[in-house]
Amino acid sequence: MPQVFKRPVSLKDVPTHFCPGCQHGTIHRLVAEAMDEFGVRERTIGVASVGCSVFLYGYFDVDVVEAPHGRAPAVATGVKRARPDSFVFTYQGDGDLAAIGTAEIIHAANRGEDITVIFVNNTTYGMTGGQMAPTTMVGQKTSTSPYGRDRAKDGSPIRMAELLAQLGGVAFSARVAVNTPKNLMDAKKQIMNAFRYQVEGKGFSFIEALSTCPTAWGVTPIQANERIGGELIEYFPLGVYKDTAQWKPRIAPPAPVEQPGARAFPEFMNEI
Amino acid sequence: MSQRLFVKGNEAVAMAAIEAGCRYYFGYPITPQSDIPEYLSRELPKLNGEFIQAESEVGAINMLLGASATGVRAMTSSSSPGISLKQEGISYMAGSELPGVIVNISRSGPGLGGIDASQADYWQSVKGGGHGGYHIVVLAPASVQEMYDLTMLAFDLADIYRTPVMVLADSVVGQMKEALVPNPRPVTILPEKAWRVRGRREGTEQMIVKSLFLGDGELEAHNWKLHGKYDVMKENECRQELFMADDAQLVIAAFGSVARIAKTAILMARDAGMKVGLLRPITLFPFPTKAFQEVTLRCKKILDIELNNGQMVDDVRLSVARDAEVYFYGRPPGAGSLPVPEELFEQIKKHY
Repeated sequence: MPQVFKRPVSLKDVPTHFCPGCQHGTIHRLVAEAMDEFGVRERTIGVASVGCSVFLYGYFDVDVVEAPHGRAPAVATGVKRARPDSFVFTYQGDGDLAAIGTAEIIHAANRGEDITVIFVNNTTYGMTGGQMAPTTMVGQKTSTSPYGRDRAKDGSPIRMAELLAQLGGVAFSARVAVNTPKNLMDAKKQIMNAFRYQVEGKGFSFIEALSTCPTAWGVTPIQANERIGGELIEYFPLGVYKDTAQWKPRIAPPAPVEQPGARAFPEFMNEI
Repeated sequence: MSQRLFVKGNEAVAMAAIEAGCRYYFGYPITPQSDIPEYLSRELPKLNGEFIQAESEVGAINMLLGASATGVRAMTSSSSPGISLKQEGISYMAGSELPGVIVNISRSGPGLGGIDASQADYWQSVKGGGHGGYHIVVLAPASVQEMYDLTMLAFDLADIYRTPVMVLADSVVGQMKEALVPNPRPVTILPEKAWRVRGRREGTEQMIVKSLFLGDGELEAHNWKLHGKYDVMKENECRQELFMADDAQLVIAAFGSVARIAKTAILMARDAGMKVGLLRPITLFPFPTKAFQEVTLRCKKILDIELNNGQMVDDVRLSVARDAEVYFYGRPPGAGSLPVPEELFEQIKKHY
């Protein structure tokens, strides 16, 4: 009988430490499947961030460098520049990427580093016990916003997929969710698209995956999943925000700067 | 006959890095070290290397961390306020046992301070700097030639001990021009970088570069391992210069640029018939404790001179023989505070 479902080889055969109802495990699996399908596992170097995602090396069967909080895109830059033949991805949460690591993500993206960033947005700091994140919804109660996030004091949740799509170095930016089978299948497709950009050496690709944190949200896994499909997708719409393969430059690109040992940048990077 | 050049201290650092095989540099502009990134931004692309002007010092040190994790030789440079920003990454590199060279052409502080020569980063450099109780190797050049030679040594020590290594100088040494013999890279037997990440191919182990150790007893064992390395460094890597110290009745302890000024004052004292010498630590960590013990077996007066309010003097006091006297003379760094030889000669006369 043919086997129709199996563990991706890029994923280790171990149980995860994630809480019941957390979607990190699902997102890990999609990333691992994409790695298998492109056959890049043997040249992959993952960059782990700080938070629940720190145990990346415990689940992915790939080489991993652990980065300080928020610095994964800078570490990935160093890895990729030193070893351009490797496949490099970071896996970061919302506190890591959208708060302490904003400088690193924006500039790695703007330089068009040939890496893929998987950004898991669960609107909270899960590992540290459910504090307010930059993506926490207005009114959402957390352990550091006990009266609910106040727009006047705390600002509004940051939409990273849209923000990064503005930058010249970004080749691909999309937001996905894994709350329904349909969304999950689409998430896999977009992760494949993001990986394809790097495999073809075409620049920076970004996936924002909405995810649950039933423990920090103080709800059941089912309620958490419903929150994704309701409030969260309404504020963080799913979709592709930039796909340069589909993109026609508005202005003619300027001539590339001549310099020794120049990298071949994809053409779209010349557009401002 | 080898070539003899007339170059700036900062340029000597950059030249040495290239000669040492460093092809990856990550930095951010700050006075008085910007000659280093300027030189490397011009030269590295010609060698198929990578130069990145990072978004910040934090970005630069983490790019160094990433590049170093793949096994290549890489470097960053900055000056005091920027080095403060790098301390997070330096702690992670020390914890992850990653080699890497960090150059600090230090300037005066605290805060924005000024751009003048300073030795006020001694504590920050040799006592860890970041969190967690670690050390890095710290080398203190006093000439353009040493800027070159010690930068090359820094890369070797980093690889041998799997540790970040700092070259600690100031604008006097960084900005002055002197004769330089650009020696070729010494032949050193280096350990294979079996720990580097390269992609987990069939039949190879998964490589993980990390500083997180949560298992029962793991972190304690890791720290004992790190501190075991520091003990080996203390045994094998101490370097110092002794100048006219054999018969000295008073020995000056000074490092870097201030040791240069002290040498002139020592010659003035010798002309006046006073037996004065110099013990100049070249490695600030590991500190040349044995050299101080040996010198103070015979000479019972040490005059420690620094361009700060007294930092290295702590280590001098911990190193000398029990019956030796340690005097201190220092000036906090800032415009106009660099001592002149006559001033140091007065101090010699006071304590001789």
